[in-house]
Amino acid sequence: MAVPAAFFAVFFAYPVAAIVRRGLEADGVWQVGRIAEVLLRPDVRHVLWFTTWQALASTALTLLVALPGAYVFARLDFPGRQVLRAVVTVPFVLPTVVVGTAFLALVGRGGLLDELWGVRLDTTVWAILLAHVFFNYAVVVRTVGGLWAGLDPRQEEAARMLGASPAAAWRTVTLPALAPAVAAAALMVFLFTFTSFGVVQILGGPTFSTLEVEIYRQTAQIFDLSTAAVLTIIQFLAVGAILAVHAWTVRRRESALRLVDPALTARRPRGAGQWALLVGVLVTVALLLVLPLAVLVQRSLTAPGLGYYRALTDPDGGVFLVAPINAVGTSLSYAAAATAIAVVIGGLAAAALTRLPRSRSGGRVSFAERLVRGFDALLMLPLGISAVTVGFGFLIALDRPPLDLRQSWILVPLAQALVGVPFVVRTMLPVLRAVDGRLREAAAVLGASPWRVWREVDLPMVRRALLVAAGFAFAVSLGEFGATVFIARPDNPTLPVAVARLIGRPGDLNYGQAMALSTILMVVCVVTLLILERLLPRSGADPAGGAPVGRGGEF
Amino acid sequence: MLLGLRAATVRFDGRAVLDAVDLDVAEHEIVCVLGPSGSGKSTLLRAIAGLQPLDSGRVLLDGRDQAAVPVHRRGVGLMFQDHQLFPQRDVAGNVAFGLRMHGMAKNERAARVGELLDLVGLPGAERRAVASLSGGEQQRVALARALAPRPRLLMLDEPLGQLDRSLRERLVVELRELFGRLGTTVLAVTHDQGEAFALADRVVVMRDGRIAQAGTPLEVWQRPADAFVARFLGFENVVEATVDGEAAITPWGKVPVPGGSPQGTRTLLVRPAGVRLVPPAEGLRCTVAARTFQGTHVTLHLQPRDAPRLEAACPLRTAPEVGAETGVEFDPAETVVLD
Repeated sequence: MAVPAAFFAVFFAYPVAAIVRRGLEADGVWQVGRIAEVLLRPDVRHVLWFTTWQALASTALTLLVALPGAYVFARLDFPGRQVLRAVVTVPFVLPTVVVGTAFLALVGRGGLLDELWGVRLDTTVWAILLAHVFFNYAVVVRTVGGLWAGLDPRQEEAARMLGASPAAAWRTVTLPALAPAVAAAALMVFLFTFTSFGVVQILGGPTFSTLEVEIYRQTAQIFDLSTAAVLTIIQFLAVGAILAVHAWTVRRRESALRLVDPALTARRPRGAGQWALLVGVLVTVALLLVLPLAVLVQRSLTAPGLGYYRALTDPDGGVFLVAPINAVGTSLSYAAAATAIAVVIGGLAAAALTRLPRSRSGGRVSFAERLVRGFDALLMLPLGISAVTVGFGFLIALDRPPLDLRQSWILVPLAQALVGVPFVVRTMLPVLRAVDGRLREAAAVLGASPWRVWREVDLPMVRRALLVAAGFAFAVSLGEFGATVFIARPDNPTLPVAVARLIGRPGDLNYGQAMALSTILMVVCVVTLLILERLLPRSGADPAGGAPVGRGGEF
Repeated sequence: MLLGLRAATVRFDGRAVLDAVDLDVAEHEIVCVLGPSGSGKSTLLRAIAGLQPLDSGRVLLDGRDQAAVPVHRRGVGLMFQDHQLFPQRDVAGNVAFGLRMHGMAKNERAARVGELLDLVGLPGAERRAVASLSGGEQQRVALARALAPRPRLLMLDEPLGQLDRSLRERLVVELRELFGRLGTTVLAVTHDQGEAFALADRVVVMRDGRIAQAGTPLEVWQRPADAFVARFLGFENVVEATVDGEAAITPWGKVPVPGGSPQGTRTLLVRPAGVRLVPPAEGLRCTVAARTFQGTHVTLHLQPRDAPRLEAACPLRTAPEVGAETGVEFDPAETVVLD
């Protein structure tokens, strides 16, 4: 418990405190009024307004597009369903930079639509909205669909037997059961789009700027650190509020629903309506999810003889001090280090949370339990706290003694680990909690010391969850952009930073190289995901690790 | 004494789940703790194993206080209610677990596992997956696993609880034989009196964390300590009575009792076999309210006017129909005045 707590104190709480000081303290005097002052500036209000309404619009659009998908994947059985489910998940683990470049290749200048019909969307908000839908489709399909697949169809049948029409049965039985999951998914999407950075940075151009992008601009381009700090505080508060609401809906979702094996609820499509829905969803997936990535790959190949890829190996490209391809090695080694840190910290935190006593008495919530819940929420905080906050905090907090890490290579992995830890905890915690305490007792009675008990009972059961957690942390670290862009050294960029840098430069060669590098990044992430999908159990066949991992991976 | 409990007390949220329990178990003895659910039986076993710390009192093994001894060093075995086999290990892996923990060499282990599986009637099952075992087989593997490290005391928590009736009756005989042959000291808990009587040398009846009665199965069966024990053993004909000489005044009228019974206001037990049917004109007049077929006999529920129901056992041939009128007399040999 002490190790993860100290980690968060030093690398999260301390930088956040430094941000607060930077923003609100001038000449040793606290000026809380600065928040109001900054809030009233027209440019800031414009940014806030845009951040909020684009997040709302993205959420609504995502629900509209993805809810039919959730139904189709949950309730219809068709060939290739498993493969398609995996395909649909791919965008979520893709780095935002890849998503940005892919949509640029589709709807941007010289993009596919531009070539075909002369349509360009990269100067409009539609590019951002579409990219957000692309990114969050999986969140809705997995959260809502996961529950939908487990709902017992006999509940609806019971309502039908009592005289309800199909529509009435759906409205009175299924919808109320799904509502909390839909709300939780919507909040998750809102949170992700509210804090969207990479996508807006690449597709937004000079016109559109979210709070995150504005914080980065104030820091890196205008060098107004105190305004950036105040904006970060505002963002911090907004995210805290969203997470609080999310925690509340999740707790409501836990209300006793009797779930059944998803394999039993899926049926072959019947009737014109279901076929139309299936075809509609397949077309949506093809156009919205597959096409952008296909175009990205295609664009990276347009130069003869893999020219863009070969250009990546050229050290005299002019953009960086080293050949862009070196970013692959840099990214992989950073991600490996970040994964190691995240797994150790997250694993320890999860183990500590499991060992804390849970209240025996039914109604009353004990202090310990409240503490556990509080710590649960705290660990989730960096998930929403936005990578930019972390990066900015590292930038201004860890640059002087006693913690001067500016010159150290470990800075980037540390920031990436911070972003990855919540994923590790989320994956490990349900599995560790699912280990029956009496198995540990059985081992102890047979003569196993406490350490032996952990090795012989807990470890074999969580080994797979540990691998899954490591995979998540690795994918997250690999694609991490918001924090890294603040602190990565210019001479040694990571893949996402290099892609963003290339895309920001004029010229076909830079553009093509960005597409090529982005493709490489995508391939690495997809391979990681495929390995994860292999590790994740397909059904409840494994009593120990099965269901919890599946649920833990869904939000 | 191998095991001794001295005023062992455990409280959950201020409520005593074990309330100053004293208990001794001698070497090679089989003791069954019998009680309804919630009477503290499982807590008793957990306290002895060290899984549940005592709030006061002591656990002694071979006369030594175990307060400072952690679970894994107490050298006692516990077979859990739902077995708790390790799902990721096969049968041999489960049985060998305790042997590995005690540092036994690999080849020795294999031999011992084979020997134990023979003993519990599952020869050659080493490589089978735990999930593929039936309930009875799981029970046997759990037993083999608990026996493997040769614990000085083997504790069984509802050992046969989840099995169906015929299997249970067969296994209880096997267990009794096995423990007798191995000379194992056993402390088992169960809520099933049939199981307890079949298995135990000595029975301990628990109620609300206290010991209500202890004795051989025969003693407990013949002379239940109080109304609670009598009712828990399945006797229904239990009433308040005033004993005077060799007769007791009860709501059922005058009931003859054995000579030398305690006198005064007492609790009276009449076993079903002691309720004899006579023609309606003689004795206590009752209506047959229900009859249930028990295989060897019929149990009748008789409703006297203005008195509690009586349970009577009678042969199938002579059993009256529901609704018939009958008279009842009592046999002093089957009547017990409780202390």
